[in-house]
Amino acid sequence: MATADIHITEETHHDGHEHDHDHHGNFWTTYVFSTDHKMIAKQFLISGIFWALIGGILSVIFRLQLGFPEAQLDWLKPVLGEWITPEGKLDPEFYLALVTMHGTIMVFFVLTAGLSGTFANFLIPLQIGARDMASGFMNMLSYWFFFVSSVIMFTSLFIETGPASGGWVIYPPLSALPQAMNGSGLGMTLWLVAMALFIVSSLLGGINYIATVINLRTKGMSFSKLPLSIWALFLTAVIGLLSFPVLFAAALLLIFDRSFGTSFYLSDIYINGEALPNQGGSPVLFQHLFWFLGHPEVYIVLLPALGITSEVIATNSRKPIFGYKAMVGSILFIAILSFVVWAHHMFVSGMNPFLGSVFMLLTLIIAVPSAVKVFNYLTTLWRGNLRFTPAMLFSIGLVSFFISGGLTGIFLGNSAIDIQLHDTYFVVAHFHLVMGSASFFGMLAGIYHWFPKMFGRMMDAKLGYIHFWLTFVGVYMVFFPMHYIGIAGYPRRYYSFTNYDVFNSFSDLNMLVSIAAIVTLAAQFIFLFNFFYSMFRGRRASANPWQSNTLEWTTPIEPGHGNWPGEIPTVYRWPYDYSKPGAKEDFIPQHIPFSMTPESNLPHENDLIKLEGDNDVEVVKVDEKK
Amino acid sequence: MNIMTSDLKLVEEPKKPLAMDPKKFALWLFIITVVMVFAALTSAYIVRQAEGNWMVFELPVEMWLTTATIFLSSITMHWAYLEAKKDNLERVKLALGITTLLGILFLVGQFYIWGVLVERQVYFVGNPSGSFLYVISGLHGLHIVSGVIFLIIVLISTFKYKVHSKKLSQIQMCATYWHFLDVLWIYLFVFLLLNH
Ligand code: HEM
Ligand SMILES: [Cu+2]
Repeated sequence: MATADIHITEETHHDGHEHDHDHHGNFWTTYVFSTDHKMIAKQFLISGIFWALIGGILSVIFRLQLGFPEAQLDWLKPVLGEWITPEGKLDPEFYLALVTMHGTIMVFFVLTAGLSGTFANFLIPLQIGARDMASGFMNMLSYWFFFVSSVIMFTSLFIETGPASGGWVIYPPLSALPQAMNGSGLGMTLWLVAMALFIVSSLLGGINYIATVINLRTKGMSFSKLPLSIWALFLTAVIGLLSFPVLFAAALLLIFDRSFGTSFYLSDIYINGEALPNQGGSPVLFQHLFWFLGHPEVYIVLLPALGITSEVIATNSRKPIFGYKAMVGSILFIAILSFVVWAHHMFVSGMNPFLGSVFMLLTLIIAVPSAVKVFNYLTTLWRGNLRFTPAMLFSIGLVSFFISGGLTGIFLGNSAIDIQLHDTYFVVAHFHLVMGSASFFGMLAGIYHWFPKMFGRMMDAKLGYIHFWLTFVGVYMVFFPMHYIGIAGYPRRYYSFTNYDVFNSFSDLNMLVSIAAIVTLAAQFIFLFNFFYSMFRGRRASANPWQSNTLEWTTPIEPGHGNWPGEIPTVYRWPYDYSKPGAKEDFIPQHIPFSMTPESNLPHENDLIKLEGDNDVEVVKVDEKK
Repeated sequence: MNIMTSDLKLVEEPKKPLAMDPKKFALWLFIITVVMVFAALTSAYIVRQAEGNWMVFELPVEMWLTTATIFLSSITMHWAYLEAKKDNLERVKLALGITTLLGILFLVGQFYIWGVLVERQVYFVGNPSGSFLYVISGLHGLHIVSGVIFLIIVLISTFKYKVHSKKLSQIQMCATYWHFLDVLWIYLFVFLLLNH
């Protein structure tokens, strides 16, 4: 029998992770094909910053066209070549390409990969007390899929027929027919290939984040003690896991339509009087599939930023976050609702109006958990002992954008009002505030806050303040006027205002917006300088520069592979014990047991822990002598 | 005071949160993504069908046979797992071998069915009702290919004595994935029967 042989083979193969603390790889394994979550986070961060720069520059180029339609753009010829017409104007098709690539880059490459990729990778193991991600190898693959996807998307900017141009939502038939426009040829193919790889990367990352949060928490780190940043990143990954496969399916069918002649989305199309053979497809089907991802995607972009903000605001208000459970509940509720509101993007697509009313109702319900979050941020700030670090300012900026952009969402969610507002600059204003700028500010807040942990040095606060104020004022100057232009009916993705007399009165407003956009983009270079300069020359960070409670600040200043040199600390309390009455200091980190803080324990503290009922923690009986 | 705190520490030792093998957990998450892809395709199918202009055709009867094949392979997969638990390695090899062959047979059958469809003038390029059938069965077939590769890997591990009652994790994962693909096909088959 074979049973006899089994014991012969000794297990030399290591299963899963084996943590070798004095492990020093060479350049390639340390910086390039690293499986360390901190290095992968930095790779995502640097790539995200690169893409943000590209996306920002593209937007300024098309803002030049919108703000200064008469301007001579010959000086851009060295960069843009044939895309500048002989008359010195931006080529109209290239305008569409710019808008499309700007949207795609910002939504997916900057605020999905750059934001989740950076902070989920960096914070999850450090804040839950794990040595690394569940699978370092998959994590590395996730980055490299993203990298290849980036290279392909970037390449598509330089091909002769130009990149994809049908908008970041790539609606067919425009995107399905190469005859429709230049960008629907090779550019669109590259877009689809890049996005397919991007989806694989996101899923690999997401599977890892979820597996890590669920399985690798340190002792005592029950779900009710998780920092809100982790809750947000965790649920973001869940949303991604459920929605990205649907985009994959949508893209797959589009690929068949484009390259194999099927008719999933195409029907009754005539080009130059000639009927195409495609019959029986439905373009609205694509919209349904796309927005089933598309709407959750806006929360994939936003939730991590909200999580980061919760952390930063609590720390810098020196107050416990107001309504921890309500915060978790609202993230959860938002995550669930995000899957049942997609058709609010399709009110005017010819969809059944009754269905429109259902989706309108569901959409407006989202206002409730969103308002809960805003309320909790404000009450956390209220009478706090505020410390205006740059991260704190950016977090407050986020709350501001979340309010001003969220309010216009209530208008847009209304299926009747959307008839006027759909696809106008009002929409552009709305989503840039609530999704674009809010998430962007969350990302910046995160960078300022965790820079010391990432690089062991501090960023310069003064430059941070200048960066904040220029960006904050700039964002409002860019996007606030767009509301008016939009209400007046100016459609988005149009090359020129000046062809219509009605819109001529907005010329100077448009000029103002464009100037503000240029200044705002310029202000980002202050950040870039600060970031790279501080990385090498910044003031050395102390172990816990913000006097924060979460676990990452218990690691060495520059944590090595495995994060904690010794044992991983055990967690005894929630992460928001700031300014606890009676405590010696105004913060008590999560790894300090109640037994060490008899002076500040609430009389019912222990009962309360028991009530929270995760039974991870045995109740402590502390003597009640005061 | 010092003595007291250390005493207290003994009582309050928090437990490690319940944890699953991360790899198995990741497999389940992967399964969820596959479910979502097919949920999207089958919903798209229904939405599209509701709009009319839908070519109706009979599913080839051969599909019952391929379905039976894949169902049978799930049983042999389970047999392999049970024998692995008992350390009957020869039988594990046999059962895994049969499962792999049945998987390949299923693929061949599905490919044959495509041929039958073409004979009946149901083409990949044409009315979406036909295209959907090809896409759904094709994408499922691709997953079966990955499952067969997984089976072969486990088979090789068995030959190297790396699968036995103390080391079941790999064969368990393979079984989970294979049973999932089986159930997925049965869902798709019933779905197509009801909605073709
Ligand atoms: C420098 C800052 C930015 C400026 C000046 C800017 C400006 C604009 C403008 C004017 C449009 C509409 C163009 C048109 O419809 O003709 C647009 C589109 C868009 N922007 Fe931005 N934007 C900026 C940053 C961002 C950020 C941070 C995001 C991240 C979410 C973003 C996401 C989008 C999206 C998704 C579109 C729609 C693209 C499409 O229509 O396919 N933008 N941007
Ligand atoms: Cu939406």
